[in-house]
Amino acid sequence: MMEHLLEVNNLEVKFKLRTGELTAIDNVGFTLDKGERLGIVGESGAGKSVTGFSIINLISKPGYISGGEIMFEGKDLTRVSEDVLRHIRGNRISMIFQDPMMTLNPVFTIGEQMAETILAHKNISRKDALEISVEKLRQVHIPSPETRLNQYPHEFSGGMRQRIVIAISLLLDPAIIIADEPTTALDVTIQAEIMELLLELCEKNDTGMILITHDLGVVSQVTEKIAVMYAGRIVEIGSTENIVANPLHPYTKGLIKALPGSRGTGEKLYQIPGSMPNLTEMPKGCAFHPRCELAEGECFSKVPELIQRGNFRRLAACHKF
Amino acid sequence: MDKWKKFKESYFLYSFLRDPVAIVSFIIFLFLVIVSFSAPLIAPHDPYDTSTISIMDSEIPPVWYGEGDDNFILGTDSQGRDMLSTMMYGMRVSIIIGIGAVALQAFLGVVIGLLSGYIGGRVDAFFMRLADIQLSFSTLMVAIFISAIFQTAFGVGKYSEYAVPILVLIIGIAEWPQYARTVRASVLGEKEKEYVEAAKVIGFGSRWIMFRHILPNTLSPVFVISTIQVANAVMSEAALSFLGLGMPVTKPSLGSLINLGFEYIFSGSWWITIFPGILLIILVLVVNLLGDWLRDVLNPKLYKG
Repeated sequence: MMEHLLEVNNLEVKFKLRTGELTAIDNVGFTLDKGERLGIVGESGAGKSVTGFSIINLISKPGYISGGEIMFEGKDLTRVSEDVLRHIRGNRISMIFQDPMMTLNPVFTIGEQMAETILAHKNISRKDALEISVEKLRQVHIPSPETRLNQYPHEFSGGMRQRIVIAISLLLDPAIIIADEPTTALDVTIQAEIMELLLELCEKNDTGMILITHDLGVVSQVTEKIAVMYAGRIVEIGSTENIVANPLHPYTKGLIKALPGSRGTGEKLYQIPGSMPNLTEMPKGCAFHPRCELAEGECFSKVPELIQRGNFRRLAACHKF
Repeated sequence: MDKWKKFKESYFLYSFLRDPVAIVSFIIFLFLVIVSFSAPLIAPHDPYDTSTISIMDSEIPPVWYGEGDDNFILGTDSQGRDMLSTMMYGMRVSIIIGIGAVALQAFLGVVIGLLSGYIGGRVDAFFMRLADIQLSFSTLMVAIFISAIFQTAFGVGKYSEYAVPILVLIIGIAEWPQYARTVRASVLGEKEKEYVEAAKVIGFGSRWIMFRHILPNTLSPVFVISTIQVANAVMSEAALSFLGLGMPVTKPSLGSLINLGFEYIFSGSWWITIFPGILLIILVLVVNLLGDWLRDVLNPKLYKG
């Protein structure tokens, strides 16, 4: 059995609130191999981003990792010291955020920001750092990178900024990039460009990627594996092909049915009835049962386990099989 | 050269050149600064040199009066010092204390504001309650407390010897909460922004994120209050000196000159108080006007198009 690059087991994240503790993520587990791309799909509030942040142990204050392990390069990231984590962040695992308008510091030129990132992890001269920056900017197809280096973030368009953010995330040749809705804030034509660029760079450098998004269409084009999250749990996980062609969980089925392409022109799009339950008032049993057409019997009382289903190499959490 | 070109094309310079009030204020301010700092070279007399001062020359009115003396254009004070020279030296003291005190305030306030805003929790609660307590006293009262303590601790003689650094310290300590609160408020807004998250993800430490990433983004309100605080500090110093807790008579600031002349104002020697008073008003006014202009430039929401 080959060792995985990243292995998340039984991850549990809780938020300490005045009213008590809230479980934001429950029993989440997946693996990622070198150069592999995993998509995490789900609605807003399903726990996708929290999962992403917990991998580099950066959940903001009331939240904390309450259980499980995150194995990366032989270390459990939930247990290592802050120094070790800091060395891993940005260096071995980097992250791309949703809004490129906000992720660059407005008061520094992009050259300064890039050089600073390299110098935080590598002991090289500033000149070399700037050279690497130019090289990476060229890789993300920024024209005339030498002059662009001296410009401030406001001098770039949204798509350009996201390219720069991608260049920054690639500066130290990380093993994994976590992309948290990298194209949501961009318009559709640029979305496609950016996704293509990410795919191209990951393939070229053999970088693993975790793509967090609510857009099943994007995920299906880019990733090899998909994990579907619902209310803090993974409800289905498996290869992209299998999941898109033959979804097992009723929620995944609903998501795929809701894609614009699945209906004829002029018809109303399908939508899953109802909305995701609030984490403070989770329904008993399967969290999806209030919206599920198939719900009956133990769906109302017992949380389904994520287990292997059918002949496919995939897991789904549903009683109805 | 590149920087200069950038500066020449900047909105900063553009708006300055289009604002006559700012230009006039700046010219006057620059003039006052140059005059006061070159006082030892250009002042007609040296008010610190007791050997050149004669008590016989005391209370000579300005030159346009019959009894005036060409040697003393604006007259002399009760000690026989030339008013013009004394005011030049006095303004130098006032400006040094003003700027020094603001530098100290800004340093204390910015560091404390950053720490409380970024760390939050108990650190925040501690410093902000401290600021609340201090703000519930008037600045002058705090300054009077501290200077009284200093005076008893060091003795009046030592106190007047080190009056400048002590006044800087007093006014600096008395006004840090202004900065701390402003900076804290901006930090609270900035630290939620994604670039801070991104900096954490890159793996920077908290100190680096605070001082290198958040601080520059909170500086524009700091610049604005700094100008106003310089004016305030000059005023505080003048007030303290007027109350006899500031600069000693031998090395008068504008405030202590006003105080000195105040005793003679009813005996007809109005010039000892009025001239330093006018100078003080002009100095404070131009600094405040410059601050107003700076606030307009640095706050795009007030941009009038």
